[in-house]
Amino acid sequence: MKPFDSQLCKIVSAKALTADVFDFRVSAPQLAEQASPGQFAQILVPGHTLRRPISICGIDKARGQLRFVFQVRGQGTRELAAFRAGDSLEILAPLGKGFPLDTSKKTLLLGGGIGVPPLLGAAAALGEQAVAVLGFRSQGAVILEEDFRRTGARVLVATDDGSYGFQGLVTDLAAGESFQVLMACGPGPMLKGAKSLAQAKGAEGYLSLEQRMACGVGACLGCAVALLDEDGQEYYGHVCKDGPVFPMEQVKEEL
Amino acid sequence: MPDLRVNIAGVEFKNPVIAASGTFGFGREYGQLYPLSELGGISCKGTTLHKRPGNPPPRVTETPAGMLNAVGLQNPGVEHFIQEDLPWLSQQGTKIIANLAGSTVEDYCAAAEKLNDTPIDMVELNISCPNVKEGGVQFGVTAQGVEGITKAVRRVCKKPLMVKLSPNVTDISEMALAAESAGADAVSLINTLTGMRIDIRTRRPIIRNNTGGLSGPAVLPVAIRMVWQTAQKVKIPVVGLGGISTAEDAVEMLLAGASAIQVGTAIFTDPYAPLRIRDGLAAFMEETGVKSLSELVGGVRPW
Repeated sequence: MKPFDSQLCKIVSAKALTADVFDFRVSAPQLAEQASPGQFAQILVPGHTLRRPISICGIDKARGQLRFVFQVRGQGTRELAAFRAGDSLEILAPLGKGFPLDTSKKTLLLGGGIGVPPLLGAAAALGEQAVAVLGFRSQGAVILEEDFRRTGARVLVATDDGSYGFQGLVTDLAAGESFQVLMACGPGPMLKGAKSLAQAKGAEGYLSLEQRMACGVGACLGCAVALLDEDGQEYYGHVCKDGPVFPMEQVKEEL
Repeated sequence: MPDLRVNIAGVEFKNPVIAASGTFGFGREYGQLYPLSELGGISCKGTTLHKRPGNPPPRVTETPAGMLNAVGLQNPGVEHFIQEDLPWLSQQGTKIIANLAGSTVEDYCAAAEKLNDTPIDMVELNISCPNVKEGGVQFGVTAQGVEGITKAVRRVCKKPLMVKLSPNVTDISEMALAAESAGADAVSLINTLTGMRIDIRTRRPIIRNNTGGLSGPAVLPVAIRMVWQTAQKVKIPVVGLGGISTAEDAVEMLLAGASAIQVGTAIFTDPYAPLRIRDGLAAFMEETGVKSLSELVGGVRPW
C-alpha cells in the first residue's frame, strides 16, 4: 500500500466556521486509514500550479473521512473556500511526520489561531490526558472549542482582546499547568513562548511549523527550515518531510 | 501500440518522458507512488563535488501559471549520491542522468570523473542554475564560457554528456552550438528564467534570495521557441523542457525539435503528470497514425 497518494476526494460537508475559516470533511477512506494527527495534505486548487498545504484536523477511519479546517490566506485558499459539498478535490495525503502521541503522559496542547486545527487530532487521541489551551484574536475568531471538549480534553481559551475567556497569551494561561509533553502550533512568537514554557517545566516539546512549499513530499527541497543536528550544527531540513512537527531542540529558526 | 523508444547519445530511453532535475530528488519520494521504471529516465537533483546547504527560506512561491524557486543547489555531494542513492536508483529500471553543478572547472571535472565508473547512464552538465552565484551559470551565459566548461568536462567524462542551457541569454542557439562544438552529445533546454516577486506590504522580495527561477506553464511558449530555434542549428539531439504539463505540450515540444522531453514543475501540481503525459502521448500518436516518435521530432511546419 502506498504510504501517501493523490486521490480525487468528494467533499461530504463544507461550512464556514468564521468569516475566513472553513471546515471541510472529505471522503478519503484509503488516505484516512494511513493518516495520523499532525500530518498534512496538499490540496489542488484547479488552475494553480502549486497545491495548498493544509493540516489534517480530524481523521475518521470508521467513516473513511478526513477533516480540514483552513483559513483564507490568499487567492488559492479563497478559491478553495468556494467549494461545496458534493464537489471533489484532488488531495495528496497523508504527508509528513505528525505528533508523537503517548497516552501515558500528561500533554499540553498549545494552539494559536489557525494553528489550532492540527491539534484536534492529537486531543482526540489523548483524551483526558490532554489540556488544550487555545488562543484567538477575539471571540469572533474562536473555533473548534466544542470539538476539543468532546475529546475529553480540558479546554482553556484565551483571546488577545479579552472578548472571550482569558485575556492574554496562551503561554500565560498555560503557565500554571503541569504536563510532561507540550505540543504547539501557531505563529512564531507563540512557538517561541511555547518552547520557553516547555523548557521551564522540563517537558518534552514539539513544534508544528509551516513554510512556503512546493512538492510536499521531500523531493524539491523548497520548504527549508533551519535545524540543528545532534552536534549543534545548523542545516536545512524540510517542513514537508522532516516535519511539520519537530522536536523543539531541533528547531534553530528564529521563530 | 506506437513506439515510444528514443535513443539520445547512445542511451536508449523506453519512452521520451524524463523527470526534470530538481523536481524529483533522487527518485525515492515519487518511487512510493509508482514504479520508476514507468519513466523514460530521471534527471537527478543537481549535485556538486561537495555538499551544499542551499539557500535560506523562503525558497519557493507560486506565480501566475508557474512558480519561482531559489533552492540553491542543496545537495549531499557527489560521493553521497554515488554511495547512498545510486545503488538503489540504478536498480529501478529507468535511465539515470546525473545533473552536475559546480563553481569551478576543477570541481566540475572532479565530480564528473567520480561518476565515470558508476552505473549512471548520462551526465547533464548544469551551467544554468540562476540561484547560486557560484552555481555554474557564469559558464552558461557566454558562448565562450559554454565551450570552455564543456570541453574541460568532455575531456574527463566517459559518460554521454548533455549540457543544460540557460534561457537567460541573448541567443540560446549560440550556446547550443558552442556546447556541440566542444563535444557535447546532447543539449537540454530550458532551465528556469530569472524572475522576482515582491510582497507589497513588507516591501520584501518573497524569495529570500531576492530572485528565483521561473518555471511552470508560464514558460512553455518561451521554451518551445528556444527549442525550435536551437534544433534548427545543432545536429546533436535536443531534450526539451520548460512548462510541459500535458501530453499536448509534449507533442508541441517534439514538433519544435526536441527528441525527448523533461517534466518538472507539473509534478508538483500532479505527481502522476509524467505518466499521464506518456500515456497521452501514446494515445495522440495512435489517434493520428504516428508510429514512431521520430515522425514528430522537428515536424512543425513553420509559416
